[in-house]
Amino acid sequence: MKLTYRDALRQGLKEVLLKNENTFLIGEDVGAYGGTYAVSMDFWQELGPEKIMDAPLSEAAFTGLAIGAALGGLKPIVEIMTVNFSLLAMDQIINSAAFMRYMSGGQITIPLIIRMTTGGGRQLGAQHSNSYEGWLAHIPGLKILVPGTVEDARYMLRFAILDPNPVLIFEHALLFNMQEDFKDIPKDFSPYQAKLRKSGKALSLISYGGMLHKCLEAAEEMLKFGQEVEVIDLRCLRPLDEKTIFDSIQKTHRALIVEEDWKSGSFSAEISARIMENCFSDLAVPVQRLCRKEVPAAYAKHLEESAIPQTKDIVHKLQEMLT
Amino acid sequence: MDTSMQMKMLMDMRRVRKMEEVCAELYTKEKIRGFLHLYIGQEAVAAGVINLLNAKDNVIATYREHAHALLKGISSRAIMAELFGRIDGCSKGRGGSMHLYSVENRFFGGGAIVASGVPQSLGLAMASKRLKERRRTVCFFGEGAMAEGVFHESMNIASLWHLPVLFCCENNLYAMGTSLMRSQSQTDLVKRAQVYVMEANRVDGMNIFDVVEKTKQALEYIDRESKPFFLEFQTYRFRPHSMYDPEKYRGKAEVEKWKTRCPIEALEKKMKEQNILSDEQLRDMDRQIDQELRDAVIFADSSALEISSDLEKDVFAPMKDQAYETHL
Repeated sequence: MKLTYRDALRQGLKEVLLKNENTFLIGEDVGAYGGTYAVSMDFWQELGPEKIMDAPLSEAAFTGLAIGAALGGLKPIVEIMTVNFSLLAMDQIINSAAFMRYMSGGQITIPLIIRMTTGGGRQLGAQHSNSYEGWLAHIPGLKILVPGTVEDARYMLRFAILDPNPVLIFEHALLFNMQEDFKDIPKDFSPYQAKLRKSGKALSLISYGGMLHKCLEAAEEMLKFGQEVEVIDLRCLRPLDEKTIFDSIQKTHRALIVEEDWKSGSFSAEISARIMENCFSDLAVPVQRLCRKEVPAAYAKHLEESAIPQTKDIVHKLQEMLT
Repeated sequence: MDTSMQMKMLMDMRRVRKMEEVCAELYTKEKIRGFLHLYIGQEAVAAGVINLLNAKDNVIATYREHAHALLKGISSRAIMAELFGRIDGCSKGRGGSMHLYSVENRFFGGGAIVASGVPQSLGLAMASKRLKERRRTVCFFGEGAMAEGVFHESMNIASLWHLPVLFCCENNLYAMGTSLMRSQSQTDLVKRAQVYVMEANRVDGMNIFDVVEKTKQALEYIDRESKPFFLEFQTYRFRPHSMYDPEKYRGKAEVEKWKTRCPIEALEKKMKEQNILSDEQLRDMDRQIDQELRDAVIFADSSALEISSDLEKDVFAPMKDQAYETHL
């Protein structure tokens, strides 16, 4: 069976909304409009305005409201239209959602899910095209999920809803129309582990979300040159599954990290540092990174594309590292 | 207010006053560190409002929240131990003065980001409404919070969605050192709430009778209509903003003038006029309070420190061992 990433998100979301009495979806245009990316299309009509709450353009307030609702015994799912708008709610996300449990001495639990669209590539300009999941992964107290496949889009939410902690889910804007073969949930499914999407011995290509598919294409391309590249999908940035990364590097002795975010202070820097700290003697060559050029996202298609790592850039880098 | 209620109010206000004075003293002895914001002068607000609540009602407050925490039922022992940074503190010594919590007492902080508790109070009210728990939700904040964007977002939503929150603005005229006149264009705070089609009232926060009467009216409205209500309590803090504040922004004469309106002295005077308070009773009260606080300080001082190896505990809540397939 084929399923799109959008429909997988829809099914996953509908399932948890139907199954959990105290769960509701809140955000801008999630109801009457049907969701900016049509993930909740028709939910409002079917499930009603208590379950599907159209919020005013008040990111800080409806995120704070969701935190309060979680304190009060509900299980809110917040949709923030794009990752850039989450900056307006950042105080609530960090100072309260992430820290409240710790600063209350472990008394408080905040079972909260925040979904948002991340990533560029759709000519939406500098204020709609960023990838701030790496930033948020910096914060203790938040779990960061980055579904890059249809299966993850379908099932991650099922686990997130049972998590008594704030879980942030970043849905990549370029993946909504992607179709993949889709099967029932695997027995050992867990959203908190990295996964090998392709096995190989030549090099560990580490990525997630929107970049994952470019990495898979690049790995496919490398087969023509007789190089079997291993592709790791991180899936969850915090808590980070280091073991899958380190195990892979012990096998391949080479690592390239591909990330859509800027290089300075990025999550790829974190991965690179951890590899250096833990696998230094396993490395045959220094860890390399491919990241977004350090400019705000440009509108013009050719400019935006040349700022974000593309398949050909990854292939080029892989060839450079493997010869 | 009947005699016993007046006596309770007096007792609570004096407990708060004394606790804060003890805190100030312990701060100079370096038993308490970090930021310490004292409530002295504003006692009538917390005492008047919280005494009208039920144990199951929700309270969310600010960084100047020792009084609210105490009166909502957190013991002076647990508060003092928290200020000492000890394991028996209400937040296990991890929160400190600005982050007192007690889920058991439905006290949700203690927040150090101005206005951050305001949207959270909406969610608490919504949860209570949906779960049919009939808990009221009371949100305390200072007038400084009314300059924050999230405050306006929250007022709009509370009114729009009929979220039954009692908003208690403790207007002590200064956001740290910046006066209301210097920071906000509309200084009639009741008008500001009314803009959001919300019921609102102004209260003399130095007069416990006025606090009780108007809070009662507001709570009755909330219980009846299940809609929000905004109260502006006009009050004053007699002490500096925190222990670091040299108070260059206000004159001594102004502070002295407000001190003549001390809510505790005012109530005592009124009770004596009614012949329902004797000096003997006052002495008894002092003895009780002194004993409570001496005990709290001894308790805090002898409480253990959390072992450092537990430092990384409770960042995340543990996952419940649930079979996902059976759940869904």
